[in-house]
Amino acid sequence: MSAVTLNDSSLKEIMNSPDTLPLPVAAPAKPRPVPFLETERGQAFSEGIGKFFRAVLPPIIGIVLFILLWQIVSSSGGEQGLPGPAKTWASAQELFADPFYDNGPNDKGIGWNILHSLYRVGAGFGLAALVGIPLGFMIGRFAFLAGMVAPIISLLRPVSPLAWLPIGLYVFKETEPASLWVIFISSIWPIILNTAAGVSRVPQDYLNVARVLNLSEWKIFTRILFPSVLPHLMTGIRLSIGVAWLVIVAAEMLTGGTGLGFWVWDEWNNLNVEHILIAIFIVGIVGLLLEQLLVMIANRFNYE
Amino acid sequence: MHNYLQIENAKMVFDTKKGKFTALTDINLNVQQGEFIALIGHSGCGKSTLLNLVAGLTEATEGVLLLSEKEIKGPGPERGVVFQNHSLLPWLTCFGNVHLAVERVFGAKESRAKLKERTQAALDLVGLSHATHKHPNEISGGMKQRVGIARALAMEPKVLLLDEPFGALDALTRAGLQDELMRIVKETHATTLMVTHDVDEAVLLSDRIVMMTNGPAATIGEILDVDLPRPRDRLKLAENPAYHHLRGQVLEFLYQKHLKKAA
Repeated sequence: MSAVTLNDSSLKEIMNSPDTLPLPVAAPAKPRPVPFLETERGQAFSEGIGKFFRAVLPPIIGIVLFILLWQIVSSSGGEQGLPGPAKTWASAQELFADPFYDNGPNDKGIGWNILHSLYRVGAGFGLAALVGIPLGFMIGRFAFLAGMVAPIISLLRPVSPLAWLPIGLYVFKETEPASLWVIFISSIWPIILNTAAGVSRVPQDYLNVARVLNLSEWKIFTRILFPSVLPHLMTGIRLSIGVAWLVIVAAEMLTGGTGLGFWVWDEWNNLNVEHILIAIFIVGIVGLLLEQLLVMIANRFNYE
Repeated sequence: MHNYLQIENAKMVFDTKKGKFTALTDINLNVQQGEFIALIGHSGCGKSTLLNLVAGLTEATEGVLLLSEKEIKGPGPERGVVFQNHSLLPWLTCFGNVHLAVERVFGAKESRAKLKERTQAALDLVGLSHATHKHPNEISGGMKQRVGIARALAMEPKVLLLDEPFGALDALTRAGLQDELMRIVKETHATTLMVTHDVDEAVLLSDRIVMMTNGPAATIGEILDVDLPRPRDRLKLAENPAYHHLRGQVLEFLYQKHLKKAA
């Protein structure tokens, strides 16, 4: 075997000789497409789907079972039984087709009734906040005042809200301020107590900062006390709006005129049981939305 | 050199549920302007109590505390305190936390722009220019402690009081902040009183180490002069026999003369 020296010219010669077959140029291998679920994004996708189902499936099954149970209860009662889900749904559609009609004092659309109840809760609660928040701050700040009002609060707090209604009717001689009064008196306690608890639990560290910096009372209030109490205050507001919403339905049943409570009682007198069931759902859903809204606001002020 | 901070026969008695508790007694200490003093001792020996007396957060039962010949009555912005747990207000940004202090001290006589400038300068000094608009829950423990130092320094206090400022930090972060503190003290010539339980920290940073006996009724046991030249470099000190001798003296005080009985 003779040694062949390879250099540029000999290489060219070899390549150009007819004996040299060109190597078949392999077509660039197409990468096997990776199944979507095996890619990183696919994995995340399937995981997300899994999470979604684990979160959503149980509530859906729960609701379906609840509706089934409702159906069974209603159909077992025969003619006199509770209206079933389908009948109630049809009635609700009819009801919500025109929520804002107004045919005089005792016949208003469902929308008006909801708004009236919300207005009363808002007004009664607003008054309670106006009185309760400053009072709570003072009770939390001054032990003497706390000692003074403690027995009164403990005595009045457990009283059923509706027990205040006759007092309201007697004092105000009218139903509207009387129902606001009931909301006011039943929703003020959680505000006072939570605000006071918040003030007395302001961390000593923050108060030491205030002392070392020698801050003015106004600065202590705006920069330290108020932001520090805010989460407690939000808890108080949530609890008291919750109570107010519970109480308004009962109060309106007694005072009449407008509102969800009045409507429930009115439909009971008309023996329209579908509407009573619908009212129960509305009360529940509005209460849930209020609660969620307040939780959202409260989270905004959580600094932990 | 006159005595800048004077503590004479200070005694601190607390009223507790179990009766009177004497935390400190016969405390006599003179600190000169620009001096860096470390207070060291076993936990519960009342070193933080002593710092709180100087801060004015608590009032001595007996004795007198003087700062540049004026009696200390209550807290005041001429004594900047850095708290053990940083104590930043979580609803204010780093800037807001420092600005609160600046506004209080200089707000009456300086313009808004000047106040902002001061705040920013304090944050720059502790190396936090980039975190100005972050909230305390968005930054690390070491950075929070830096904001605490910036807040104290921004008031241009006569005395800087540090209560175990680096106690809750990991060793690496602590070393970094110690170097930073040495630089800041050198730049600002601050008179500093620092509570610590870290022997190396005490020797590295201070001009004098005040060693305290165990409570109850704790008092100053010995005062050690740390005559190591400045600037001090922790790596070079590791090979310095004088450093080891001083370290040994503090350890001897803590673990032989005043070993705390196991609780």
